[in-house]
Amino acid sequence: MTDVTAASPAAAQLKGGSLYERGERTRRRHTAERRFRALGLAAVTFGILALFGLLGSILYNGTSSFWQTYVTLDIYLDPAKLDKSGNRDPEELQKLTTFSYAPLISAAMAAKMEGAGIEIEGLNAKAAAEIVSKEAPATLRNAVLADPSMIGETVTFELLANGRVDGYYKGRVTMASAELDRNVSPQQLMLADALKDAGALSTRFNFAFFTAPDASDTRPEAAGLGVAILGSAYMMLIVLALALPIGVAASIYLEEFAPQNWLTDIIEVNISNLAAVPSIVFGILGLAVFINYVGLPQSAPIVGGLVLTLMTLPTIIIATRAALKAVPPSIREAALGVGASKMQTIFHHVLPLAAPGILTGTIIGLAQALGETAPLLLIGMVAFVREFPDAPPGGLFDPAAALPVQVYNWTQRGDPAFVERASGAIIVLLVFLIVMNGIAILLRRRFERRW
Amino acid sequence: MTPGILALIVLALTIVGYIAGRQRALARSSASGERLHSLPNYYGQSVALFIAIPAYFLLGAWLFLQPVFIESQVSTQIPDSAIPEGSVRSLVMSDVRRIADGLDIIVDRGSLTETDLAGLSAETTSIRDMLANAGVALGSDVSVPVFEAAKSYRAIGKTGALARNILVLAAAIGFGLWAWSRIHPAMRARNVSETFIRALLMGSSLVAILTTFGIVGSLLFETLNFFGMYPASEFFFSTVWDPQFRGGSDLGIIPLLWGTFYVSLVALILAVPVGLMIAVYLSEYAGRSLRGFAKPAIEILAGIPTIVYGLFALITVGPFLRDWIAQPLGLGSSSSSVMTAGLVMGIMLIPFVSSLSDDIINAVPQSMRDGSYGLGATQSETIRRVIMPAALPGIVGAVLLAASRAIGETMIVVMGAGAAARLDLNPFEAMTTVTVKIVSQLTGDTEFASPETLVAFALGLTLFAFTLGLNVLALYIVRKYREQYE
Repeated sequence: MTDVTAASPAAAQLKGGSLYERGERTRRRHTAERRFRALGLAAVTFGILALFGLLGSILYNGTSSFWQTYVTLDIYLDPAKLDKSGNRDPEELQKLTTFSYAPLISAAMAAKMEGAGIEIEGLNAKAAAEIVSKEAPATLRNAVLADPSMIGETVTFELLANGRVDGYYKGRVTMASAELDRNVSPQQLMLADALKDAGALSTRFNFAFFTAPDASDTRPEAAGLGVAILGSAYMMLIVLALALPIGVAASIYLEEFAPQNWLTDIIEVNISNLAAVPSIVFGILGLAVFINYVGLPQSAPIVGGLVLTLMTLPTIIIATRAALKAVPPSIREAALGVGASKMQTIFHHVLPLAAPGILTGTIIGLAQALGETAPLLLIGMVAFVREFPDAPPGGLFDPAAALPVQVYNWTQRGDPAFVERASGAIIVLLVFLIVMNGIAILLRRRFERRW
Repeated sequence: MTPGILALIVLALTIVGYIAGRQRALARSSASGERLHSLPNYYGQSVALFIAIPAYFLLGAWLFLQPVFIESQVSTQIPDSAIPEGSVRSLVMSDVRRIADGLDIIVDRGSLTETDLAGLSAETTSIRDMLANAGVALGSDVSVPVFEAAKSYRAIGKTGALARNILVLAAAIGFGLWAWSRIHPAMRARNVSETFIRALLMGSSLVAILTTFGIVGSLLFETLNFFGMYPASEFFFSTVWDPQFRGGSDLGIIPLLWGTFYVSLVALILAVPVGLMIAVYLSEYAGRSLRGFAKPAIEILAGIPTIVYGLFALITVGPFLRDWIAQPLGLGSSSSSVMTAGLVMGIMLIPFVSSLSDDIINAVPQSMRDGSYGLGATQSETIRRVIMPAALPGIVGAVLLAASRAIGETMIVVMGAGAAARLDLNPFEAMTTVTVKIVSQLTGDTEFASPETLVAFALGLTLFAFTLGLNVLALYIVRKYREQYE
């Protein structure tokens, strides 16, 4: 067979030169190899950069929402304006709207400016008072309603500053942009600076962001996540209470009992298909069945919870089945061998051993459900909700918001301050997700057994 | 008695039944000296199951079926003459429901007693003003038959609730007593309760089927309604999408499908090569330390909710593309565009593609690699000429799965692609997709009688059919491919 060897390309190359020298073709092949490697590395770098870009942009835009500018004013709660009859009757005070409180803030601001010797050219008293948020009279009113004995005294209040003034200290608003802005003037910003020097204006951590309800379009500074966090928590509660037992029961049946027949096949195919159905279709289902047909209220956590339960079920079933499968047959055989029934074997021995895996899968499913937005848009969670829902179970039927939907809601509003709030809300959402996934990883590390 | 309280009462009965069943078994066994067949707890359990399950099942079914029953009963009471010009029966029925709810509020407040209400007539009193005081706004005055229908709607509802309470309690107590009375030491209580529990487990697994039925049923039903009002040929073949709230809309799906297709295409063009290369590099080239860092980082991308990607598109990618590429090149001035949504969606799909391809590449047998190296091929030649062709069916499956995800993705396109339905080739123009229009047609006040709302169900059905088709095809290909190497 010598003639064949002589005709092969390798032999031809050998004729051309030494094995120690790379020929033209080898060099080309090695360049191609390097190029391919570089492409691969570029792809990995792109993926990691995308992650950092994504998180970086959210952090860059959102961290400032955790800080808030407040104006400290000594307000004289004038009895002549707040309580004309003088009997501090709570019902009469209730009738008084926030309009009656606004002049008190104007007066206090004028007094403050005079006391601190601040004078700014071209700034009238009305404009000066506007650096305080439009939400401030309501804050004042609530404080007075809670404690009518304050009327007639001078009380020190820490009031929210207007969103633009707040933005000025976060770099969103500048003197130049204020010139063009109808909602704020450079004079007002100068006043804010002067108040800051006088110690009456300060920026501090924004606790209200986590507890306050949403606020209207014109007062981004007052908008908070309280209702949204509570609404999301309610929905997670429902998902946990429904999806975990149903999912585990279904998995036990499919993994341990189901006979090989057409019904089992249909169920299996169904579950894998449901896992891939677009989330918005579940929203349509919720709207058509739970709201339109059963007649559950719109925007209620119960509907959101039910829809998210149906979405989470496939995830939990898949995780649970994997966990059940991982329990070695020897455990089952040992239990059956000492006379346990099949049901006892599963509930007393297999299920406890699979529990860490099931819990991990459940937490990951819950984390997915927590970030889900599209189906909630369709069942009315976009509504503007300011009232906190009641305690469960009644509160499950009250209107509420949800964390991811609140983000969407804020991005749809005009004021750029809401973009900052939306990014802040995303950070809160991501922190929740990190905590949940962290717990899942810990559980897996701590309790997972390998046989 | 609300359903919640009823459920609590049944729960209490269940606990009582458990204790009573256990006690009876123990008492009868010690009285007769006979040994119990099962552990005492199983006797209690069998009674508890017989109390709880039928009662809860009945309650659930009742809550689900009562609305339909009442609807059909009341609907026949409204004569055709009472339906205003240009309206339909379902609209009148929704008025009836709102009036009935309003009357409930008024009665709850105590400003009207049931007897007053029975004597009330729409001819003498303005029901609309009365309801407006209770916070229920109605579009028009209430006619006599509608008001009478509302009254009987309430009446049937009340009777229904009463019957429900009685029947549920009767079921709980009846089944409980029966189960309790048949307890004797020789009874195979464990077998009874285990059969029962097994039926429950099976019932739970049927939830998946029910969900699919719910999805397909509601989509089909409302889509048929929609095609009753709007011609199907117009929907599928018209190239204009222009919903008007006063009627006379053009609802052609073609521009939406084009937008969906275009955005998905951009996303896949980014995600498939990048995801594939990441999988190849991490499984074939990367050292331990790079893999240990890069793999979780890419997986984090997969765990981030889509709303975060949407915000990223809205505040970062969109303005960047507009200011640095679209405007200098004169291609457009909109920050939401096919490119914005497509690129961000591509980033979202990268981990999806890479983890699927990773599985597929690892499934290629090592012997094929070894054979290739043995013939003197370099690593990249092995990957390109041996592994890729061998893994091709699996990779095609992964791409199809990614495509189905891209088509069904909502938040990124809602926030990044825009709302204008347009047939255009310029990727820097705002276009819209099927999912965006489902959201915009179904958010806010929805009245289930106009084609503008119902079109969302037809869109949803189209979306469902597309994604289901892609998934089934992809799973089929992947399964076929797996068999090849097993």
